[in-house]
Amino acid sequence: MYDAPSLENTLDQKAIKIAATDVQVYYGDTHAIKDVSVQIQDNTVTAFIGPSGCGKSTFLRCLNRMNDTIDICRVEGKILLDNEDIYDPKVDPVQLRAKVGMVFQKPNPFPKSIYDNIAYGPKIHGLARTKAELDEIVEKSLRRGAIWDEVKDRLQSPGTGLSGGQQQRLCIARAIATEPEVLLMDEPCSALDPIATAQVEELIDELRANFSVVIVTHSMQQAARVSQKTAFFHLGNLVEYGDTSQIFTTPVDPRTESYITGRIG
Amino acid sequence: MSDKHIASVFDRDLETIQAQIMKMGGLVEESILKAAQSLEERDEELAESVRSADIAIDELEDLINENTARLIALRAPAAVDLRVILTVMKIASNLERIGDYAKNMAKRTGVLVQMTPINGSYSALRRMAREVQLMLKDALDAYIQRDAELAMDVIHRDQDVDQMYNALFREFLTFMMEDPRSITACMHLHFIAKNTERMGDHVTSIAEQVVYLVTGKMPEDNRPKGDQTSVDVALGKV
Repeated sequence: MYDAPSLENTLDQKAIKIAATDVQVYYGDTHAIKDVSVQIQDNTVTAFIGPSGCGKSTFLRCLNRMNDTIDICRVEGKILLDNEDIYDPKVDPVQLRAKVGMVFQKPNPFPKSIYDNIAYGPKIHGLARTKAELDEIVEKSLRRGAIWDEVKDRLQSPGTGLSGGQQQRLCIARAIATEPEVLLMDEPCSALDPIATAQVEELIDELRANFSVVIVTHSMQQAARVSQKTAFFHLGNLVEYGDTSQIFTTPVDPRTESYITGRIG
Repeated sequence: MSDKHIASVFDRDLETIQAQIMKMGGLVEESILKAAQSLEERDEELAESVRSADIAIDELEDLINENTARLIALRAPAAVDLRVILTVMKIASNLERIGDYAKNMAKRTGVLVQMTPINGSYSALRRMAREVQLMLKDALDAYIQRDAELAMDVIHRDQDVDQMYNALFREFLTFMMEDPRSITACMHLHFIAKNTERMGDHVTSIAEQVVYLVTGKMPEDNRPKGDQTSVDVALGKV
């Protein structure tokens, strides 16, 4: 059987894109993330799995400082993106989020045209000087989002008029329009049907060539299908992190084994 | 780790296929012993019962293959569950092969009862079959108890079976050289010995599956190979 993930992981070790060391997250008095250290590779899909409330989404949101928007949330420890501390006071979170894009659980297109949904980010970040350049970015992003053929004749129709799966691919296209280096995805397929899910998964695999992708998912099968690395979170701890093929065949920690085989932990 | 799945029907399915493997193993053990007994006691009726039991063994293998395919499709097993299913499939196929060898032994019994018995070799063959049956019993016990140590012990014991085969090989060779009229019987007996030795190899393979099931890795050390006689003969070393 063709086993791309393990083959690739043995052949070349990818560069480290994000290095997190001893990260702690508190929501008020609640200690939500405890001593998490993880190195996320470039050009790799990394899946975060774990039961609800284990901290995987919280940790994901630390990676582009989405937690800054929550007043009672406090993040400690070090998170380096290309060896630069993203929590350094000099870092502008808006610029950071252009580099670290995010796709959410529910497709959330802007109530604007398909074209404007994609063009908005590049415009505010000044990535296009002319209309022609902007057109180019829009087309390129929609193509990379694997939705161009379906929407090219109706770019001025509202994004909200698309089907759920199309909306999600539109949101992914929007997220990659600003040329991010890392793409964070929080349950990107949970609202999609199996066909749309397969399309998004295929897209994730293609995106890996250019980005480092981190995906939070409740579907173990999805983690197994799309990722090369898997991190298992439980009660705020990172229990196990390793090659996806290893995690799903011979997990080291009994808690990982309990979770992935559907036993009560 | 808790033993129980949240989906209790998955537990029941896994238990069912493991019970089926044990049932199949039990039938195969019985066939080995009966085939060897029928040979020694020149009991054609007993030999016939081994041949009919092989049908039941084959049917169980089909059933197990069907059930494992269904579990893979419906449950997408991972980690230890996946290893249970993979090993069940392989063990079923090993057991089926062993059953075939027992059936073959019983068939030769039918031929051999027509011939003059060869002194002493029947009881030696029966001892060898008995040893293989004991190894199989331990391998299946090791499977149920998830006991990798016992499985490794079985793997090492295959050497004894190989040596028994070597001794019989030399013995049959001597008989045939001394009295060419014994060649037909000795050829049959040699095939029986060789097939019993092959049963031992299949039991070893079952034991290796147990090690894989428990540890996630195939046993590493290369087990000692005791079966060199026929090669040595070909090379003129005997």
